[in-house]
Amino acid sequence: MHPIIKLVSQRIALGLLLLFGASALIFGLTEALPGDAAQAVLGQAATPESLANLREEMGLDRPALTRYVEWLGGILQGDLGTSLTNKLDIAESVGKRLGNTLFLAFWAALISVPLAILLGLLAVRYRNRWPDKLISAVTLTTISIPEFLIGYVLVYFIAVKLGWFSPLAMINDSMSIWQKLSAIALPVIVLTMVVLAHMMRMTRAAILNVMQSAYIETAELKGLNNFKIIYRHAFPNAIAPIVNVVMLNLAYLVVGVVVVEVVFVYPGMGQYLVDHVTKRDVPVVLACGVIFAAIYIGLNMVADIVAILANPRLRHPK
Amino acid sequence: MNEQLTHMTGQVTAGKMTRREFMGKAAALGVSAAVASSMFANAARAAGPKKGGDLKFGLQGGESTNSLDPATYASSVPFMNGKQFGDTLVEVAPDGSIEPRLAESVEGSADAKVWTFKLRQGVEFHNGKTMTSEDVLKTMERHSNEDSKSGALGIMKGIESMKADGDNFQVTLTDPNADLPYLMADYHLIIQPDGGMDNPGAGIGTGPFKLEVDEPGVRHLFSKFENHWSDYGNFDSVEVIVINDATARTAALQSGQVHAINRVEPKIAELLSRAPNLTVHSTAGRGHYVFIMHADTAPYDNNDLRMALKYAINREELVDKILRGYGSVGNDMPINAAYPLFDETIPQREFSLEKAAEHYKASGHDGSPIILRTSDVAFPGAVDAAALFQQSAAQAGIPLEIKREPGDGYWSEVWNVQPFCASYWGGRPVQDQMYTTAYLSTADWNDTRFKVQAFDDLLFAARAELDPAKRKEIYSQMGMMVRDTGGLICPMFNDFIEGVSNQLDGWETDPTQEMMNGQISRKMWFV
Repeated sequence: MHPIIKLVSQRIALGLLLLFGASALIFGLTEALPGDAAQAVLGQAATPESLANLREEMGLDRPALTRYVEWLGGILQGDLGTSLTNKLDIAESVGKRLGNTLFLAFWAALISVPLAILLGLLAVRYRNRWPDKLISAVTLTTISIPEFLIGYVLVYFIAVKLGWFSPLAMINDSMSIWQKLSAIALPVIVLTMVVLAHMMRMTRAAILNVMQSAYIETAELKGLNNFKIIYRHAFPNAIAPIVNVVMLNLAYLVVGVVVVEVVFVYPGMGQYLVDHVTKRDVPVVLACGVIFAAIYIGLNMVADIVAILANPRLRHPK
Repeated sequence: MNEQLTHMTGQVTAGKMTRREFMGKAAALGVSAAVASSMFANAARAAGPKKGGDLKFGLQGGESTNSLDPATYASSVPFMNGKQFGDTLVEVAPDGSIEPRLAESVEGSADAKVWTFKLRQGVEFHNGKTMTSEDVLKTMERHSNEDSKSGALGIMKGIESMKADGDNFQVTLTDPNADLPYLMADYHLIIQPDGGMDNPGAGIGTGPFKLEVDEPGVRHLFSKFENHWSDYGNFDSVEVIVINDATARTAALQSGQVHAINRVEPKIAELLSRAPNLTVHSTAGRGHYVFIMHADTAPYDNNDLRMALKYAINREELVDKILRGYGSVGNDMPINAAYPLFDETIPQREFSLEKAAEHYKASGHDGSPIILRTSDVAFPGAVDAAALFQQSAAQAGIPLEIKREPGDGYWSEVWNVQPFCASYWGGRPVQDQMYTTAYLSTADWNDTRFKVQAFDDLLFAARAELDPAKRKEIYSQMGMMVRDTGGLICPMFNDFIEGVSNQLDGWETDPTQEMMNGQISRKMWFV
């Protein structure tokens, strides 16, 4: 078997094992939280009688292990089950939310990743001169300000005062792609500002590291211009650490944007998960948790594989 | 007013002039924008409700876990959804009287035990079926039978039997209750086809708007139901948008993305009201913020200690600092002037360090810290309110220790479990319902463990009494009992603070529930 295929299949098997572990952990932790779905749903309006009725209806009167095994059996057949609280099909509602989350993450990534790498290259080209310092100063400032604050400031000036975009990033199926893009403009800007610095600085550092090598000096001596040296000779050799950090940020864009979702009222996975944790809706929490874990594991796997493919020494092991 | 202006307002009233035209011409006549704006509003109001337009609400209190099943309603967004697609038999009118809805009239027997609702004929559900008394009966059964998990289960307890009889629906009670019609106005009791037995969350009712899109925690879209039975509902569509973040909510209102928002934070209400295109309405309601002691648990089983704590809280300061003036002081009873049959002559409890110290001494408390549990979710500002309480109590020599609890699980682990904590009550349409819910000895939610036989007797006597003057007197006595011997410290009644776009007209002050008791989409219109 080709070593790459072997490696990928090993990684996938390991990933599945990790997913199983993650689901058990999530289930255990949600069970350990005080209260259950019945209590959370009825809240202040609970009476012992209605609590007992609701528990029975939700199946919460059965032992935890039975419920976990049943859930596991369902997911192996591709059935995520139904929500305890509103009886909606989980696959359908999660699918919609996941679609929205990926939509936002896609556009944020499409803008931020090339921009970050370009800025990183520029910073190397003008190392220690004013463009480098300006790029670092601006991106480090935006990463240091909490994202909700950037969000509120943008909402106040761009949405309320200027009226260019809507303060609500609500999207739905009846909107055209342009309406959707206009709706998510503000959150995309915020997310771009938040992830830019990390990727930019890593690009800069990785390329600078390579720039010390002897072959760069050779390239310089044979008369190549600065920018060509960077993208022809330095960048390919610096790609592994850059991909790593890009994947980490992509994972963040998918699983870590709950604050931005709240500020812009975006119907993504984050708020959906938080609502269901509050209501102790275990099947939904499990579904979301497993999806998040899968995305995280998947992206990290891609980063590893790209790093291997980019390095001839790892690509052709002796 | 000169002739030209008179003519122009006439044009507006006749619907022949838009706001923009009116404002422009008025400015040309040298009328200031503020004056012109209010003239336009008056003229437009004289024209009466206009039809059409898409109304959008931005509401706090919605989660992805919400269902359309009326039995599960416990927060603002589901409550609002129910008011769009559903009707109850009767509704509480803004003045506190009973207004007929799906029932044309209500009649009680002389002993207030048997109540007959004469149902409206030809009312159509959104699925095309015609409403019958069977549907009503099934609905009420679903909320009150043994398997029920309805939020209305508590108020359905006194019912002995129900029957559907042609055009009538009849309720027989185990004990007399003059306020039964008010119980039937509860927002959970939406009449559903077949009582919602087969599909409770379908969102099918008889209301002026029928469900189009249901995305829990995101938005709920309703369109005008052409075959609705009443004149209510002036809009082509109503969209309930969930905006839990307070800043996002106000931004959405200010930028015109939504037309009405609930829960404006007291600290920004004043600032928001200066925005030109909207009005901030503050409505005195029946909801109140409380600190509750279990009167059967040491050390709170000592009335002197309870009185000491009641005197040691500075009510004016709390209304001032926690509610920013959007509320009124409480009197250690769950009733205020917003209730019918309220006795205005009951003296107000004042803040008095001397009396607090005196009672504290008389209680013989050993001086160990009294633990007050609080949390952000108990009511907005509950943590700060507890700190203020701690400070004023310390001045009277009473050692309060604040224990901050996590919001998650507060209603299951702390409220109604721990002997002293912060909480809130939403208020009920009538005194009987409030006392029955939380002060009757046998009530499930008796969160102050107030168990007084004499009080219970008075409560039942008031239910059977049909003479309002006598009932008022009984309620006055009951209020005094809770005030002077109960475990309730009620420092303040909170107002509903809501922001409404000036594009809407027809606002009414309604103390029953927030957002004009959910009637904005039925009663208001676009100018």
